[in-house]
Amino acid sequence: MPFRLEARPAPSRRMRWLSPLIAAALTLVAGFALFLALGQNPVVAFHAFFVAPLSTANGLSEWVLKASPLMLIATGLAVGFRAGVWNIGAEGQLALGAVAATGVALAFDAADTAWLLPAMVVAGALGGMAWAAIPALLRTRFNANEILTSLMLTYVAGLLVSYLVHGPWRDPEGFNFPQTKMFEPAALFPMLVEGLRLNASVFLALAGVFLGWLLMDRSFVGYQMRVAGLAPAAARYAGFSAGRTVWIGMLAGGLAAGVAGVGEVAGPLGQLQPNVSPGYGFAAIIVAFVGRLAPLGILAASLLMSLLYLGGESAQIVLGLPSAITGLFQGMLLFFLLGADVFINYRLRRVRPALGAA
Amino acid sequence: MSSVAPRLRLAGIRKAYPAVVANDGIDLRVRPGEIHAVLGENGAGKSTLMKIIYGVVKPDAGEIFWNGERVEIASPAHARRLGIGMVFQHFSLFETLTVTENIALAVEDSKDLAALAQRIEQVSEHYGLPLDPRRLVHSLSVGERQRVEIVRCLLQQPKLLIMDEPTSVLTPQAVDRLFDTLRLLAGEGCSILYISHKLDEIQRLCHGATVLRGGKVTGECDPRQETPSSMARMMIGRDLPVCAHAPAPAGGDERLVIAGLSHESDDPFGTDLQDIHLTVRSGEIVGIAGVSGNGQQELLAALSGETRIAEPFPIRIMGAQAGRLSPGRRRRMGLCFVPEERLGRGAVPGLSLEENALLTAHRRGMVRAGLVLRGAVRAFAQACIARFDVRTGGPESAARSLSGGNLQKFIVGREIMQEPRVLVVAQPTWGVDVGAAAFIRQSIIDLRNAGAAVLVVSEELDELFEICDRIAVIAEGRLSPAVPTRDTTVEEIGRWMSGLWDERAAARATGEVAHAVQA
Repeated sequence: MPFRLEARPAPSRRMRWLSPLIAAALTLVAGFALFLALGQNPVVAFHAFFVAPLSTANGLSEWVLKASPLMLIATGLAVGFRAGVWNIGAEGQLALGAVAATGVALAFDAADTAWLLPAMVVAGALGGMAWAAIPALLRTRFNANEILTSLMLTYVAGLLVSYLVHGPWRDPEGFNFPQTKMFEPAALFPMLVEGLRLNASVFLALAGVFLGWLLMDRSFVGYQMRVAGLAPAAARYAGFSAGRTVWIGMLAGGLAAGVAGVGEVAGPLGQLQPNVSPGYGFAAIIVAFVGRLAPLGILAASLLMSLLYLGGESAQIVLGLPSAITGLFQGMLLFFLLGADVFINYRLRRVRPALGAA
Repeated sequence: MSSVAPRLRLAGIRKAYPAVVANDGIDLRVRPGEIHAVLGENGAGKSTLMKIIYGVVKPDAGEIFWNGERVEIASPAHARRLGIGMVFQHFSLFETLTVTENIALAVEDSKDLAALAQRIEQVSEHYGLPLDPRRLVHSLSVGERQRVEIVRCLLQQPKLLIMDEPTSVLTPQAVDRLFDTLRLLAGEGCSILYISHKLDEIQRLCHGATVLRGGKVTGECDPRQETPSSMARMMIGRDLPVCAHAPAPAGGDERLVIAGLSHESDDPFGTDLQDIHLTVRSGEIVGIAGVSGNGQQELLAALSGETRIAEPFPIRIMGAQAGRLSPGRRRRMGLCFVPEERLGRGAVPGLSLEENALLTAHRRGMVRAGLVLRGAVRAFAQACIARFDVRTGGPESAARSLSGGNLQKFIVGREIMQEPRVLVVAQPTWGVDVGAAAFIRQSIIDLRNAGAAVLVVSEELDELFEICDRIAVIAEGRLSPAVPTRDTTVEEIGRWMSGLWDERAAARATGEVAHAVQA
């Protein structure tokens, strides 16, 4: 082999930021080949995938609408990921946030007051945090791996939502569809533009990203958590509590996911449905890593990921491709990112003959 | 003898790494049967040179001649076939296997374990390295493990044996025994390359020496004709600094008290602490000597709070019972701690020096309303870099980009600049060059003079004798009484390091302390 990987003396800052761009470029190249292999004209396909969704006002509205839960959840997860707390269960925490908000909305169905929506947001946040608290407790008390417990709780959450919409919360006038009744206007986020689905929950998402930045990059707690993720022995040495790190890491993700769940039921859905999230909780993991676990990067990555969702839908309609195309592009993006990340700590060197003429 | 071709000759060896030229035009010559020292500070390029000779690293340029013939050593296996053996500073033994099994892993054609065990016994007896081939390695002392490594090399009947800092883990008595073995080996014609920075040992043992500094050869000498200070000049380019040390004032207040500390280690190969008693007062430095692996790590973790012991009373800091307190709570009481491991424990490798200053010094006005005050952090880091002469690109440099010695200066500086009431230091000058080591020792003494209580745990007896007011020895998890440094000798402390201290000395020591309290 004329080439070999060689450790860099220090991680490359340039590669840290270049790597997501390389990954995006490689995803496009692979996508090009994929479209060709499917017998599609790649230019038409790319237009359908990446340009058509953004060429209308409605498309732009949907773009931001889908990006906002992603950026919110990814920021919350990044708090934990930086500290080595692997919360994989944001999907379930989102569902619980939606359930809690729905509970409030249904209980105060007739209350046409201004506090109903804030109460739903608080309930959703608490619901998400409660679901995230279970893996945190299991980890700190019994040293149970939070990757497994948080992931498994996602399926429990899905069954809980399913039970509620099939049973006690089913809309009596809903023709037996498994969903709650539509929320009253007081329980919905106000629309920003007439006729478009974009609503005020996007400001919650942006506020969440800002708070995440403050916590992760400016606060001492964020610093302590970063140390815990990078060098657990150093955190122990400095006296930073390992249990607190797990709790904050899990609860931040749960809170963000729970609020995102409120954004769904009190936003585009307007009710609780069995599929309350089109996989935002899992996609946000990819967003967090593509965004380098940094709030600004997450903002950009959430827009990219949202575009992949829209592009996937557009490709289904225009080209008649299966819906799996969205997951395929998401997967390729993460795959290429992880590959390109190797070059942050390593570089490719040509191997010269061992003994040169001195 | 000069008519015989040298066993090993290096000509113009060069090896460059991305950040540093480790070896630059090195010439070296070792005669058959010669014990040849390679002398230099940490970072002088000794280890790289030895790895080149042992085939681990390939040189960028230069030639190697073995018994007069030019060779290219492709791998350690090739080196072993040529007759080159190496005993590394850090042992590579499997703790759950027996001595014989460990050796069988490295020796070619050793299917017959019984025959191998017999050969091990023969060789170890011949060279005065008593060793039971049936024992499991985890039950061996550090000195015995080194014997396993040496016997493993000797079984291959080497013509050149490389010893990398072999005495850093040995008691003074064990060093003497090792030297007898090495002299016997040399007498049989085996050449020995002896790597060390301990000048007195080289003077006692070696026939020739090559001195390295900054990757280059700065001198060759016959150590028997030199004095330690003349060799030090060759090694560091100037005279050895000396620390100023006045006697400790009597009757300081008790700042760190260990009263009957026992703790069972969580690690199956760790050492249990047994009924440890020690008092460190304001204005004194107490040293703990001992061969590594005798409970130092466990004791330090119990003192720092990284290991929480069962009861609060065995550890008292500033008069308060602290055995169950977290490391953070203990730091708030005025305890600072320099751990043995620098990267990953004393500092976070991937973070900058600034961010590493925040790690423990955050109580010095670096955090307000939960947010980090970056200006204050930077000012502290810069002050630490300036005062402790940390060689670095600046406060933004990652901790892992610093050499071990420079990082050690930064960590020691960070802890000392917090003006601790109690400072616990493990291996304060491990890997630090001679000049910087003297500076760190002087800083510790200055801290003591300002009234702090200091506990130093070190394997370097010379260092302990230089800076400590009292010295205790830890062996197999037990701690000897702390005796005044002026009332003891290196020989006595060396005997205690094997776990044997007589109770009269204990009585004498406690009498002294009682007397000091009354005074």
